[in-house]
Amino acid sequence: MPHMQPPEISAEAAVAAHIKGGLWRKLRGNWAVMIGGTVLALLALIAVAAPWLGTVDPTLFDPASRDLLPGASGEITDLDGETIAHKFLMGSDGFGRDIYSRVIYGTRVSLIVGAAVALVALVFGVSCGLAAGYIRWLDGIMMRIMDGVMAIPGILIAIALVALWRASLATVIIAIAIPEIPRVTRLVRSLVLSIREEPYVEAAVSLGTRTLKIMFGHILPNTMAPLIVQGTYICASAILVEAILSFLGVGLPTDIPTWGNIMAEGRVQFNDFPHNVFFPGVFLALTVLAINMLGDGLRDTLDPRMSKRI
Amino acid sequence: MFNFLARRLAATLPVLLIVAVLVFLMLRLTPGDPAVIIAGDAANPEQVAQIRAGLGLDRSIVVQFGIWLGNLLTGNLGESYFFKMSVTELIAHRIEPTLALSLCTIVLSVLVSVPLGVLAAWRQGGWLDRALMGFSVLGFSIPVFVLGYILIYIVSLKLGWLPVQGYVRMADGLWPFLRHLILPSITLSVIYIALIARVTRAAVTETLAEDYIRTARAKGLPEARVVIHHALANAAVPIVTVIGIGIALLIGGVVVTETVYAIPGLGRLTVDAVLARDFPTVQGVILFFSFVYVLINLLVDLSYLFFDPRIRY
Repeated sequence: MPHMQPPEISAEAAVAAHIKGGLWRKLRGNWAVMIGGTVLALLALIAVAAPWLGTVDPTLFDPASRDLLPGASGEITDLDGETIAHKFLMGSDGFGRDIYSRVIYGTRVSLIVGAAVALVALVFGVSCGLAAGYIRWLDGIMMRIMDGVMAIPGILIAIALVALWRASLATVIIAIAIPEIPRVTRLVRSLVLSIREEPYVEAAVSLGTRTLKIMFGHILPNTMAPLIVQGTYICASAILVEAILSFLGVGLPTDIPTWGNIMAEGRVQFNDFPHNVFFPGVFLALTVLAINMLGDGLRDTLDPRMSKRI
Repeated sequence: MFNFLARRLAATLPVLLIVAVLVFLMLRLTPGDPAVIIAGDAANPEQVAQIRAGLGLDRSIVVQFGIWLGNLLTGNLGESYFFKMSVTELIAHRIEPTLALSLCTIVLSVLVSVPLGVLAAWRQGGWLDRALMGFSVLGFSIPVFVLGYILIYIVSLKLGWLPVQGYVRMADGLWPFLRHLILPSITLSVIYIALIARVTRAAVTETLAEDYIRTARAKGLPEARVVIHHALANAAVPIVTVIGIGIALLIGGVVVTETVYAIPGLGRLTVDAVLARDFPTVQGVILFFSFVYVLINLLVDLSYLFFDPRIRY
């Protein structure tokens, strides 16, 4: 009887489809998710398409085009020594570099740092949290160390580590991620402690399933919703911290166009040419705002229990 | 109550010790030899070795930590490589601006955010509530330094109402002192206001749903008394807690704000020390900030006894 499906399977599929469709509909119905997501997608598009958006190489400069106001026309010398005419949509800085190109390329750095920090913090935080929540003797030591890390203001850890290691993309990412790890660890640990008491975990244990398989196969999938929400917040805060590090002069090397670096260089002549600080500042604020809105929206739809807390 | 105090203090000490270990390791296990940095480029290997021995850097790391911790307990944070004075003295020298800025910010934030949060909770879903929630997402997103520059541009450069940058000691006149603190405090308090207002709103919303609120209204108490005396008073614990946790945010903000407004405080000192690779100063300032943070949160814990007499330990 090939045309007759066993009823229980179709019911299961229907339930799965209903949950999936319901979640997607809920996400689409949440305006914070839609606005934040759209702006973030646009920014990602800008980052990918940076070379084709009327930009020039962001490191190019031309002494004749120094300190131009936004919209002014000037010229810029490319690497072959050829001088081309260029319209400076956002003006130029004290070296004659195009702010627009630098801001557009800066999008790449910020998004990469944000995503990478979230990933690193989640991977380490989840590992530590699973270990602390599941391996009892490790719990005490691990959580005391995490308490210690949390007692040091995060920005200070990041500043000190970057300064000690000499800044590069990798060290900046790790330095910003380290102070974020304890919060993820705490979250995962508390989730594990409550999930491990669930009947299905007990069932798996009594069936003789290996600890690692229980941790990653049974417990981890049930911590996903709060972790995704936490990840978006870490991403937003990482982008801010990276800009702060660059702005203070301890972040990524100045030849990399980051929003913080552009602002740090523009700071010196802020009184006369505020556009050097404003344009990257607007992009930075907009990006962080979009990610925070996305996070709030995701929290409300994926994890309603959490949204009640704040 | 005495028992509780003793236990809380006993729980704080290990955290402080772990912070000390972490800060020590962070600076000692990183590449780069402090002796080479102090000696400068012109030094020969013998001079470097001499400096290393003088600093005790040639001994084992455990011995180094023991000596360092011993000094720490007597208030000796070492000598600054760059400023050529003791770190303790340096911190004492730079603490006034930071303290003034932090206190102004906290007072301003609490005075603005708590009433806003209460009003938003009282009329949940109303225009003030929506505006406040919108503002709080914005407040979390706008970088401190961008906000600082916007304020400088409008208030100082365009309107000319307040000084652009700098700091005047309190001893040199109260009014100039306050004038220089207005913009930095506003800048720094925005994120703090966003945080406290959000938590106040959530906490008061919760207490407003309690039965005793209905009782209070039913017996005809004036609405203001119900909201402030019954709802807000019972929501105090989470609000005080978030003020304590927010100190970490405040310290991060101080570092940035002091740079934007050219205030010679501890935040600026941190950045200068990091740029000069002045390890003892970096170590000292981070330890100082962390200890302050831990102690403030200890005080917050103790304040629960006052705000919620039901809590008995």
